[in-house]
Amino acid sequence: MMLRIHDLSCARGGLPVLEGVSFTLEPGMAMILRGPNGCGKTTLLRTIAGLQPARAGVIEAPADSIAYSAHADGIKATLSVTENLAFWAAVHGQTGTGDAVAQMNLASLASRQAQNLSAGQKRRLGLARLLVTGRPIWVLDEPTVSLDTDSVVLFAQLVTLHLERGGMALIATHIDLGLPEAQVFDLRPHKARLPEPGAGGFDEAFL
Amino acid sequence: MSALLIRDLRLALRAGGGFGLGLAFFLILAVLVPLGVGPEPDTLSRIAPGILWVGALLACLLSLDRIFALDFEDGSLDLLATAPLPLEAVVSIKALAHWITTGLPLVLLSPVLGLLLFLPAEAYLWLILSLMLGTPALSVIGAFGAALTVGLKRGGLLLSLLVLPLYIPTLIFGAEVVSRGAQGLSVATPLALLAGITAGAVALLPFASALVLRINLR
Repeated sequence: MMLRIHDLSCARGGLPVLEGVSFTLEPGMAMILRGPNGCGKTTLLRTIAGLQPARAGVIEAPADSIAYSAHADGIKATLSVTENLAFWAAVHGQTGTGDAVAQMNLASLASRQAQNLSAGQKRRLGLARLLVTGRPIWVLDEPTVSLDTDSVVLFAQLVTLHLERGGMALIATHIDLGLPEAQVFDLRPHKARLPEPGAGGFDEAFL
Repeated sequence: MSALLIRDLRLALRAGGGFGLGLAFFLILAVLVPLGVGPEPDTLSRIAPGILWVGALLACLLSLDRIFALDFEDGSLDLLATAPLPLEAVVSIKALAHWITTGLPLVLLSPVLGLLLFLPAEAYLWLILSLMLGTPALSVIGAFGAALTVGLKRGGLLLSLLVLPLYIPTLIFGAEVVSRGAQGLSVATPLALLAGITAGAVALLPFASALVLRINLR
């Protein structure tokens, strides 16, 4: 059980953004992706999660092992906190939501409709979803957006616990999560060279 | 899979879920036609099969863009695509949920509206049967159109333009079943063709829709 990325190259909107990305995640490891806005963090995570094809390279991961979490939390406004979680648990073949509600400090909000939650509470619900998927590899895209400092600490504890149980986490973030054991992967050196204008492009079709 | 169906039905029934939109449209159409055309029973009973089928089709069309657009906006579609459910199953379940909340109520309401339009008594059975057989095709074809336009802002117009031509065979054979039934003629041929279209659409289109969704999610 591990996630191995080898010489991965990915594109956004037809233009290459990253190339030559290689790393390996083993059980108990966390990796923080760093890089300026627009450097391709989200594209890389979507590629690893299987939502878009890679341009080149290899992604090796066991089938159905990746839990993906993005900017949008996949929460239905007219369902309650418990109903939202129970749905994702059922989709992933899990029975019940366990203590996910308590772990993300949502117990007092459990029966409230998601449309009445604040942005940070919604985010906590979105992160609680990771717990009910039962999947070992968490691929998280800026998980701490709109969380307060206490909730960031709570989230860091959650990740630490997940790692201790043999899980893995790949996190794109701009802030310091307080995970001293996590490795940092800087994406700046992997920026793709854009193809030169004219080279192999439009004109060749007419020659 | 049942969890997804139950969730979609629950969402449709809660406030703002859009349940009843198509039904209300169908009702309004059937009430307005006699006012617009005039109250002569002869005229009305002649156009009733066509009006009822056109009404059902347009009512179905109204709620199509909700099938995937809402899930796309709140990120659920990305998460469903990474879930263990095959995307083909997701598409089929969502089309089924659309049919249960839109098509099935239309089938059940249609005899009442047939009364408003002086539909001949012998045509009621064929009206219910043809709608029962035809509306699943409307939902499945509609889900395909919704998958094609899922990433587009205000894709409703494009969705209608894409889906309407695909609806035409179902409309022609569906209305033909009812009008032949009203005249006491044999309905076997149009009924078989209607059932064939539905069977083909239900069997094949979920695969096309899932493929299109994968491309649109990139």
